[in-house]
Amino acid sequence: MIMKLSFALLIPAVASYNIPAASRREILKKASAAAITVAAPGLAGAYDLPDLPYAFDALEPWIDAPTMKIHHDMHHQTYVTNVNKATEGKPAVDIVALQTDALAAGPGVRNSGGGHYNHAFFWDEMTPADKASKTKPSSALQSKINAAFGSTEGMKEKFAAAAAPGAVFGSGWCWVVVNGKDELEIVGTPNQDNPLMKGVKDEIKYPILGLDVWEHAYYLKYQNRRPEYVGNWWNVLNWDKVNENFDYVMKNHAGVPVRG
Amino acid sequence: MIRSLARPASALLQRRSMSGAATLPSLPYAYDALEPTISSTIMEIHHTKHHNTYVVNLNAALEKAEAASKSGDANALISLAPAIKFNGGGHINHTLFWENLCPSSESSPPTGDLAAAIDAAFGSFDDMKSKMSAQTIAVQGSGWGWLGYNKSSSSLEIATCANQDPLEATTGLVPIVGIDVWEHAYYLDYKNVRPDYVGKIWDVIDWKCAEARFNAAK
Repeated sequence: MIMKLSFALLIPAVASYNIPAASRREILKKASAAAITVAAPGLAGAYDLPDLPYAFDALEPWIDAPTMKIHHDMHHQTYVTNVNKATEGKPAVDIVALQTDALAAGPGVRNSGGGHYNHAFFWDEMTPADKASKTKPSSALQSKINAAFGSTEGMKEKFAAAAAPGAVFGSGWCWVVVNGKDELEIVGTPNQDNPLMKGVKDEIKYPILGLDVWEHAYYLKYQNRRPEYVGNWWNVLNWDKVNENFDYVMKNHAGVPVRG
Repeated sequence: MIRSLARPASALLQRRSMSGAATLPSLPYAYDALEPTISSTIMEIHHTKHHNTYVVNLNAALEKAEAASKSGDANALISLAPAIKFNGGGHINHTLFWENLCPSSESSPPTGDLAAAIDAAFGSFDDMKSKMSAQTIAVQGSGWGWLGYNKSSSSLEIATCANQDPLEATTGLVPIVGIDVWEHAYYLDYKNVRPDYVGKIWDVIDWKCAEARFNAAK
């Protein structure tokens, strides 16, 4: 149930919580627009659905507009609504920080908190194909790619194998990550898990790019042709953003920040 | 229309052509027979693409497994286990699924021993459906909801399995009714509203098939 709270009600609620500055700023910024959307009555939801940084049809023909609209407005929105429910009444935590102990926090946080982070990460790493085609891995990232996989093509082949249905799972995500030794790896995670979550892999690993291989991510256009979707997806990957992600994780050994 | 007979799940992988391969079973009804609950588009893609891919990939894995078995290559056999589980499970599950669906005009509530067992385990038929719906809807990601028979306790239970894990091999329960909640089973019709799909699929469940499976199991 979406409700609107008055600004006056909101300030005491925000002030009484130990909310990190970034999240508090976000909440107050929205409240200053005189209304705030919350997922449950009485408390401000800490998380929001970020807008796509492009139109629904921007990634055509590789990802179709109906899929983008439903994926964003319905699937991602549901994760936001549910992570707000799952964290209701608790001190607000930045969505990246929420990932670390997601397994211990229980299925609500694991599935919906993971789902929110994963999708927010996903929208931001993509861009229309004409722009994407002008981007490429930085020289620092390219060295790491070559060291780990031989070449970019080698990486894409291994990625395709890891993303195949039945390789590991039915629903999940396929990631290129930086591991504890500052090397690149390709890892698959089931459902809405991600490698930032303690316990999902042998150690926490930091995604620099990731692909949603839940059927909802491609079914309207590709039906069961997941390998075609996976192969086509590289056309809309923004290497400028991936380079930023790489620089961030190498420097901070932390998950890439996301909007929302 | 020929009513398909129930078969124990374990017999399904033995239903092979002379070459020993698993084969894609025909549906016991036309692709549009389950409309409007499940569209003919979904039924056709689900059967000819998804289920068929499990059959093809299962046969490929079994062929490799046979060679590995002949040469006593345990390592190779172990490496093939995930593919056999995934594709074998997919083949078993979908074969059971097509059989436990029927046109809504032919779907009527269970009677006899199955009805009594449902009442004993869940209170009523409606209680069983709402419990099974809730658990099936709650499956994270891809998987199946099942009404299964526990031979040790001689009673019915509801269970869910992830991915294509087959019910009997995973839990020991004998499959009575299965509901596929992989997104491919409903997405073209219901998008992300899985609760609507699970709510409506009760209209096309073949309780005669379920009764036959139950009678064979108990």
